[in-house]
Amino acid sequence: MSKVLILADFSGDKASKTTAELATAGARIGEVTAVVLAAPGAGAALAATVNQGPIANVVVVESADFANHGVAAAADALAQIAKTHSPSAILIASHAFGKEVAGRIAIALESGIITDAVDVDANTVATQLVFGGSTTVHSVVSHGTSVITIRPNSVTADFSASSPAISTETFTIGDAAKKATITSSQPPVKGGRPELTEANIVVSGGRGTDGNFAAVEAFADVMGAAVGASRAATDAGWYPHSYQVGQTGKTVSPALYVACGISGAIQHRAGMQTSKSIIVVNKDPEAPLFEIADFGVVGDLFAVLPAATEGVKASKA
Amino acid sequence: MKIALCVKQVPDSWAEKKMVDGRLDRESVDAVLNDLDEYAVEEALKIAEAHGGNEGDDAAHSITIISMGPERTTEAVRKALSMGANDAILITDPALAGSDALMTSKVLASVISAGGYDLVICGTESTDARMSVVPAMISARLGWAQLTFASSVTVDPAASKVTITRTTEAGVDQMSASFPAVISVVEKINEPRYPSFKGIMAAKKKTIEVKDLAAIGVSVQNGWSEVKDATPRPPRAAGEKVADDNGSGAVALVNFLAEKKLI
Repeated sequence: MSKVLILADFSGDKASKTTAELATAGARIGEVTAVVLAAPGAGAALAATVNQGPIANVVVVESADFANHGVAAAADALAQIAKTHSPSAILIASHAFGKEVAGRIAIALESGIITDAVDVDANTVATQLVFGGSTTVHSVVSHGTSVITIRPNSVTADFSASSPAISTETFTIGDAAKKATITSSQPPVKGGRPELTEANIVVSGGRGTDGNFAAVEAFADVMGAAVGASRAATDAGWYPHSYQVGQTGKTVSPALYVACGISGAIQHRAGMQTSKSIIVVNKDPEAPLFEIADFGVVGDLFAVLPAATEGVKASKA
Repeated sequence: MKIALCVKQVPDSWAEKKMVDGRLDRESVDAVLNDLDEYAVEEALKIAEAHGGNEGDDAAHSITIISMGPERTTEAVRKALSMGANDAILITDPALAGSDALMTSKVLASVISAGGYDLVICGTESTDARMSVVPAMISARLGWAQLTFASSVTVDPAASKVTITRTTEAGVDQMSASFPAVISVVEKINEPRYPSFKGIMAAKKKTIEVKDLAAIGVSVQNGWSEVKDATPRPPRAAGEKVADDNGSGAVALVNFLAEKKLI
């Protein structure tokens, strides 16, 4: 049976749901081994949380180099593990860190790479949605190990409990992977809201907010949603750049996307048009985003959103 | 300092794109300098300017644009030159059509390693392929320090040291390395300058060295991934649209959420 390596993804000190998504995709191809890269002494506790999804084995590698040298050290370790385990595929979460790790591994293993897959089938055929989700592409890696990064929130995860066999392996990180040093690290500032790319619901604001995101945030909170913003809003400094949805920002594919005061240039659509349902609130009836909305309200977001927030609260009471 | 600046010409990010024979159809759309590379150009100029500049024959620093693409890539390269870079190397070869990130990074790394650069500066990704792996791949191929997703860059040329703030969804890291290093910069690190008239005129006289694969001694590696099929997705149809009349919009919206079992 072929083997698949996944790089376990963590949110704080727990395996994220992305780990279960990677395992679910990996198990279609072969037996899944999750790799846990940890600081010295931290591996056992992290590995114990890698218990959701079809995971047969967990390999723990502990090294201070991961915190000190970041992407390059992680890629070096994972490439060395791949050389001893000879997997047919390596699946990694498609975020900045994961994609860069994958890129370096592809070089180290002389293997083809596919990024931003939204699905992978039993024949290791990856599905990607390109050009802002307007085109579906099926691709395969045709040389070496299939190195594939998968977008969080794309594969429907099998969250069933697993009790993988946990083992520890030791590797020496190569000097070339230690050329850059991380001197300090701050975790992301987390509000109570879900991570933008992993959220089931995203409520975004644009130019129409005129810099006031209070109504957008209140509606997001009642929906348990993440907050996003258009490029117009982030360029104006109304909302942090890391929340930008669009061609030059994040690509999201939630079950529901609510766009408030966003006209919907291609720039923005490219980041959200694969959402399962789209609701648009805009006072301009000609806003292009209405063309792809499953439901549209022509109205002032400062009137519609607060009333909808109350309506949702009432429906839950 | 010798700075190499990697740029790409891409289809205009506001244009509709389509696939032909498993590849992006680049012929039918306007081609522009990758938006996100403009931040790299600006940052390279700022780094040079902070330490005496890159203008004039006796300048202490130089900025060389390195790009790969069809011949018309000279348009994007000229734009970067008009912003203030010194000269350019363009690798163009029919055999490079449809290159993947692995091949692109191989070509760029080969040109960089022959040039004796201290720093390589890139944008984080191109707006067409959006992989954001090429800077990491160049770093891996050269064995140079990887300082990517920088939201600020500070260079100490005397000590041959560079420090960045790496900003991603995973948090904020301070990172440092000795030269040589590969840097990628995020949007918002700076406000790219518009080319001045003087800059545009000067760029016309700047050298773009055009080379093919044989000239840089790199052989073509066939793509290591293969597109099996590409299908345009059916356009989304517009659904119901209601006008808000004194609260009716919100009521309809909440009803829609309930119908779709979203609440």
